[in-house]
Amino acid sequence: MLAIDGSFLDFKQLDLLALRQTAVHRLDARAKVLTTFCFIICVVSFDRYEISAMLPFLVYPAVLMAVGDLPGSCILRKIVIVVPFALLIGIFNPVFDRQVIMQLGPIDIWGGWVSCASILIRSLLTTSVALILVAVTGFPAICEALEKLGMPKVFAVQLLFLYRYIFVLTDEGVRTARARQLRTFGKRGFGISQFGSMVGHLLLRTWDRAERIHMAMLARGFSGEFRTTRSQNRFGRKEVVFMGGWISLFILLRAYNAPKLLGSLITGTMP
Amino acid sequence: MSHHKVEVKNLHHVYPDGTVALHDVSFRIHHGESVAIIGANGAGKSTLLLHLNGYLSATSGEIVIGDTLLIKGNLTEIRRTVGMVFQDPDDQLFMPTVFDDIAFGPLNMGLSTREVETRVIEALGRVDAADLRDKAPYRLSGGEKKRVAIATVLSMLPEILVLDEPTSGLDPHARRQLIALLKAFHHTRITTSHDLDMVLELCDRTIVLHDGRVMADGPTLEIFGNEELLKTCRLEKPFAMQGCPICSPGRRIMPVQKPLVAPHGDRHHDHDHKR
Repeated sequence: MLAIDGSFLDFKQLDLLALRQTAVHRLDARAKVLTTFCFIICVVSFDRYEISAMLPFLVYPAVLMAVGDLPGSCILRKIVIVVPFALLIGIFNPVFDRQVIMQLGPIDIWGGWVSCASILIRSLLTTSVALILVAVTGFPAICEALEKLGMPKVFAVQLLFLYRYIFVLTDEGVRTARARQLRTFGKRGFGISQFGSMVGHLLLRTWDRAERIHMAMLARGFSGEFRTTRSQNRFGRKEVVFMGGWISLFILLRAYNAPKLLGSLITGTMP
Repeated sequence: MSHHKVEVKNLHHVYPDGTVALHDVSFRIHHGESVAIIGANGAGKSTLLLHLNGYLSATSGEIVIGDTLLIKGNLTEIRRTVGMVFQDPDDQLFMPTVFDDIAFGPLNMGLSTREVETRVIEALGRVDAADLRDKAPYRLSGGEKKRVAIATVLSMLPEILVLDEPTSGLDPHARRQLIALLKAFHHTRITTSHDLDMVLELCDRTIVLHDGRVMADGPTLEIFGNEELLKTCRLEKPFAMQGCPICSPGRRIMPVQKPLVAPHGDRHHDHDHKR
């Protein structure tokens, strides 16, 4: 099977997870979106050499995965996809930043390595909470929440369309790639030049489809304004507790380096 | 609108690149009629359908739906009256869930939330898909998608149903199910299709298009009986009207073609065609 095929199927799995009915799933989407947002802000605002203070933040994805009954392997596999991108950003740090900032026995550790590791941890933390947010909320609900929180409706609609047609588009892309693969007999075909026209065709087809969808919308009385039935979710006490609890924890963890405190507490009390 | 007739008068359509898609097309469809529009690929069927709810505007000629002349000013009213089901249900189902999709039309009509919900449930019931309510469109099978696509239009309570290739891409069971469903509707129905057996079952009247012109317009049985006409228009009798290939082997409809495969060398085929 083509690689793109596999990750695509996985994407649908994320969508299925959102249909579960656990305590986290039932919370109003706005609470989850805002909490995730605060989490990301806290994590990315750390100093570039910071590692230890970020580690306690793992508690949020871990708790959500446990309560939301999400299979770890599924989320992990998707997080792994972003690792190369994060590495690409951080990989040159050790080349440019050779200042020794700590020593591990006889080994000097350059600042570049630390900041590279820090970037990696940041990316893992933030992508995992974003994925978990989708898995416990569902994409349409997130869009609705964003809209209720003040995002212009046009953007919400754009996101919804993107999500709806990403399945159709990947299907088309996978079919084209398969048709090519079947006629190249394991060789490289005409190489890279052919991909240009393949992508071009995909774009043209997308264009055609967009036109047909617009036609279907007009046929059903679309006049520029997107109307939807509001979901019955309410921002209640549970949501306030969820948000309040987590956000205050994030702020505490951001302000105080918990592992360091714990360490000094232990070393301090030990004779 | 009291009479749900559709009248097309001397319709011409020329695409911007100069292709003449429709040439002097005229017909009149009465209330409650079920009419098929058939023709080869490129005969102008889709272009004609797109005129019926005003997506394309005529180069010349006019269209009257009910008593209303189709002009830009009354497109909203026309589109509510003419429910259009597109060929590819993926184009028609663009909302996150089936419910939202069926509610799309009624919400645009400005109905209250409660009214919308009743309409959605009713439409889903009519296409026998009540259990699909909260599913995402990309999780539906081909047959389910098609039925939901029809429901998205039914929820607007149209008086005229326009269906583009309703049975394309369906398996025999889903096709049968859809035909039974459409049979139960009492709307004025306009269907285009290459599935001539379905046309035979569903439509009393057939209009044959060829190169943008109306070649014939009459009772379906009569049209399918005219082999000369069908041949000119690159069509063929529905299978139900063709002889059984085993009982009357002399009546070969398809011309015999040389097989398009590589030669087998000297190997000799000696099949036994005994029955």
